[in-house]
Amino acid sequence: MPLLTVLTPRSIRHDRGILKLLRALCAVAALLIFSGTLGTASAARLDGIDLPEQYETRYKALIDQLRCLVCQNETLADSNAELAADLRREVREMMVKGKSDQEITEFLVARYGDFVLYNPPVKSTTLMLWYGPFALLALGVLIAIITVRRRGRTEPTTLNATQHQQVQDLLRRQDEEKNS
Amino acid sequence: MTRYLLPLGIFGVLVALLFVGLHLDPREVPSPLIDKPAPAFLLPQLHEPNKTLSRQDLLGKVYLLNVWASWCASCRDEQPVLMQFAQTRQVEMYGLNYKDQRDDALRWLEMFGNPYVASVSDTDGRVGIDWGVYGVPETFLIDRSGTIRYKHIGPVSQADLDTILLPKVRALQGAP
Repeated sequence: MPLLTVLTPRSIRHDRGILKLLRALCAVAALLIFSGTLGTASAARLDGIDLPEQYETRYKALIDQLRCLVCQNETLADSNAELAADLRREVREMMVKGKSDQEITEFLVARYGDFVLYNPPVKSTTLMLWYGPFALLALGVLIAIITVRRRGRTEPTTLNATQHQQVQDLLRRQDEEKNS
Repeated sequence: MTRYLLPLGIFGVLVALLFVGLHLDPREVPSPLIDKPAPAFLLPQLHEPNKTLSRQDLLGKVYLLNVWASWCASCRDEQPVLMQFAQTRQVEMYGLNYKDQRDDALRWLEMFGNPYVASVSDTDGRVGIDWGVYGVPETFLIDRSGTIRYKHIGPVSQADLDTILLPKVRALQGAP
């Protein structure tokens, strides 16, 4: 029943109770948030074979850079897909065998293509991916410059005598309306 | 006139690009293995585990390698198509039984039919990784020199067979 006393508005411990409740809720929220991160961190051990400690940082950094092919928007580190677990196993085994990060990446690219890399290399097929946005930006800037220049170049309008008179009349009428 | 034609033209190009994009399947990741030698494998056969089958054994003929599993739901969809196709005996089809239990696999073939000359068991999925398998079913077309010529991702439909796979098979069979 402590919760009831906490929620009783006229209770003397009212303020302190609410505070306690809030603190508890915050703790639960923090726990939920961090359990997500912890889940990823312990993926190394969840997959079975233990990875010697000296590889752990490298391993985590590497699988964070690789894409899971089954659930395309997840990294190998985050994915629960079976293929992701198998690929993590391959990565671990190659690491223990002394393969470099580059060799491991090459192994995966040879089988699954550049798509496995979250950071694909610059080459003819990925040029659009890397430089397309900049090309579009340059095009936009170019169009903006041309438009602004063209607008600046339009001749200032000249009025003939009658038009000039009309403008004067209009302005005068406006002034009179304001004053009246 | 160009004032209106230019934006209209750009709009037209955009519509065309989006239209093409609409028909692309982002799940179909192009395989880097096309036109490369098929990865080597040496695996026990599903029906006779004491016999093996390797890439070497299949050199010299055009064949299809279909990756399947009893746990794969869409494999069921393509099985009738494959069964019918196998009866035409146009090309030999082998099965790569991917990450499966032998008993389940055998029972599955009894239920849905066995279109394969033979299936091999890739229990731990390592050969699958070598072949770049990421979504079962997948179907590879391999030529006489042991080179992968085509990869179909997902279940094969009758239309896929008639319009894509079979013409490619015939072209390779006709080649010296």
